[in-house]
Amino acid sequence: MKKYMLDLKVVENQRLHSNYCLLKLTTDDSLPEMLPGQFVQVRVDNSPTTFLRRPISINYVDYKNNQLWLLVQLVGDGTRAMAAYKPGDIVNLLLPLGNTFTIPSGDTAEKLLLVGGGVGTAPILFLGERLKKAGFEVTFLLGARSAADLLQLDHFNAIGKVAVTTEDGSMGEKGYVTDHSLLKSNRFDRIYTCGPKPMMMAVARYAAAQSITCEVSLENTMACGIGACLCCVEKTKENHHVCVCTEGPVFNINQLSWQI
Amino acid sequence: MANLDIQIGNLSLKNPVMTASGTFGYGTEYADFMDIERLGGIIVKGTTAELREGNNYPRMAETPAGMLNAVGLQNKGADYFIKEIYPTIKDLDTRMIVNVSGSSVDSYVECAEKIATLDHIPAIELNISCPNVKQGGMAFGVTCAGAAEVVKAVRKVYPKTLIVKLSPNVTDITEIARAVEAEGADSVSLINTLLGMAIDAEKRKPILSTVTGGLSGPCVKPVALRMVWQTYKAVKIPIIGLGGISNAKDAIEFMLAGATAIQIGTYNFIDPTVSIKVIEGINDYCDRHGFQSARELTGALQLAH
Repeated sequence: MKKYMLDLKVVENQRLHSNYCLLKLTTDDSLPEMLPGQFVQVRVDNSPTTFLRRPISINYVDYKNNQLWLLVQLVGDGTRAMAAYKPGDIVNLLLPLGNTFTIPSGDTAEKLLLVGGGVGTAPILFLGERLKKAGFEVTFLLGARSAADLLQLDHFNAIGKVAVTTEDGSMGEKGYVTDHSLLKSNRFDRIYTCGPKPMMMAVARYAAAQSITCEVSLENTMACGIGACLCCVEKTKENHHVCVCTEGPVFNINQLSWQI
Repeated sequence: MANLDIQIGNLSLKNPVMTASGTFGYGTEYADFMDIERLGGIIVKGTTAELREGNNYPRMAETPAGMLNAVGLQNKGADYFIKEIYPTIKDLDTRMIVNVSGSSVDSYVECAEKIATLDHIPAIELNISCPNVKQGGMAFGVTCAGAAEVVKAVRKVYPKTLIVKLSPNVTDITEIARAVEAEGADSVSLINTLLGMAIDAEKRKPILSTVTGGLSGPCVKPVALRMVWQTYKAVKIPIIGLGGISNAKDAIEFMLAGATAIQIGTYNFIDPTVSIKVIEGINDYCDRHGFQSARELTGALQLAH
């Protein structure tokens, strides 16, 4: 897929929570094709301590309104500077970067489970929407610390079934995503996951034990985002280093050297 | 419109702007963003005789106005480069230069010999300054004897333009520059990264898997500029300046300090089109200041205030 460097205009920057903002961007031209799992590199010019671009996964592309949505977790100066963007501000992005989740080509009766945790729910929304469009019924399993950390639930509910776990039990079942009763009462054909690494490893362990096809989306620290600097590497099963920014961010768990 | 073409030994470049090794892949990674054939040259990723997996993740730490890396010369080896990469880049209308590295004199020689067979690679940049490998790399670049030994051995087997990339992690870079000039280097490029370190205080752990790494980006520019100036006064061979260049003004400063050409490295990550802007900016500067040719910029610094 051709990559672009584009100046996009901020339409809206919603603070969803003390630690998250939802940035909606647009352009006078039509947005290029972007696929679920891919990410953008955001240039942050308004933070003196931020040097590199910030890789942010694509949360949703609203082609009807020509809008790109980025769900940003405020973790440092760069992302906090992004939270300060106002409608009308111009943001420079490289996009679309990386590979994509696999949309199954065959049987739409396949049972698909999409597991997201924390800011890792961002690409899961876009993936769910595309899977639904392709004719699949999707089930989301979303994990968070507490009810207040569960974001965009209305959007998820509009696409598929939603199961929730919270660590404090304030919504859904108490515990981690892999504790949810849904995993005991159902047999899924395919699992997609994005979130903190321990969560993804637990999901991968469950999938591997049940011989379920499983894709994970990694977020290794990056510099270039286009396969030039070789900083964001992950080790494959064959013990080779591959770039998460170009060979990933989505990997089938069989490709990785994870001890699961 | 000034003449931008320059000369490094026997090698002519259409303009003084190249992209630095390890920051621009094989050039093709950037082709969606810019016309890479407008560049004076592309220094491709560090290549070694054998495949190297590089260091473990994490390999990168952001710093104020820069970054540390500890990639450790990950590459698939010279044979893979010749078979798989070279055919895809050999017809590009820009100078494709291979950065050659090794862990022993013999491995530098072996890699240089292999690259010498490639008709469309008119030069190599000998990397005696990588701070991220246990053996070889910077070990050769920090003593005059080590630098001279590896350059002498490679010079015997490499007849084309030989550029030697110098380490800033030395007491006096001009001594190393003189030592490699004496062994027949056609040019020196400087600087490679400065040895640095980053710590995560919350975790009480180093950020890089290797603990230390190489610092690059705008934060190193004044150090690099000073070293180019010192080296310009010490050697007769042309100098290729690099270290933190992020715009045309930076590039011109390096040329005024004595560089014949320049390389852009880390800033490619921030603006993948920066090198094109630098080419245009050098031309504008020449026009504004009445220089007919970019060659006139080299060493044109006026010391009297």
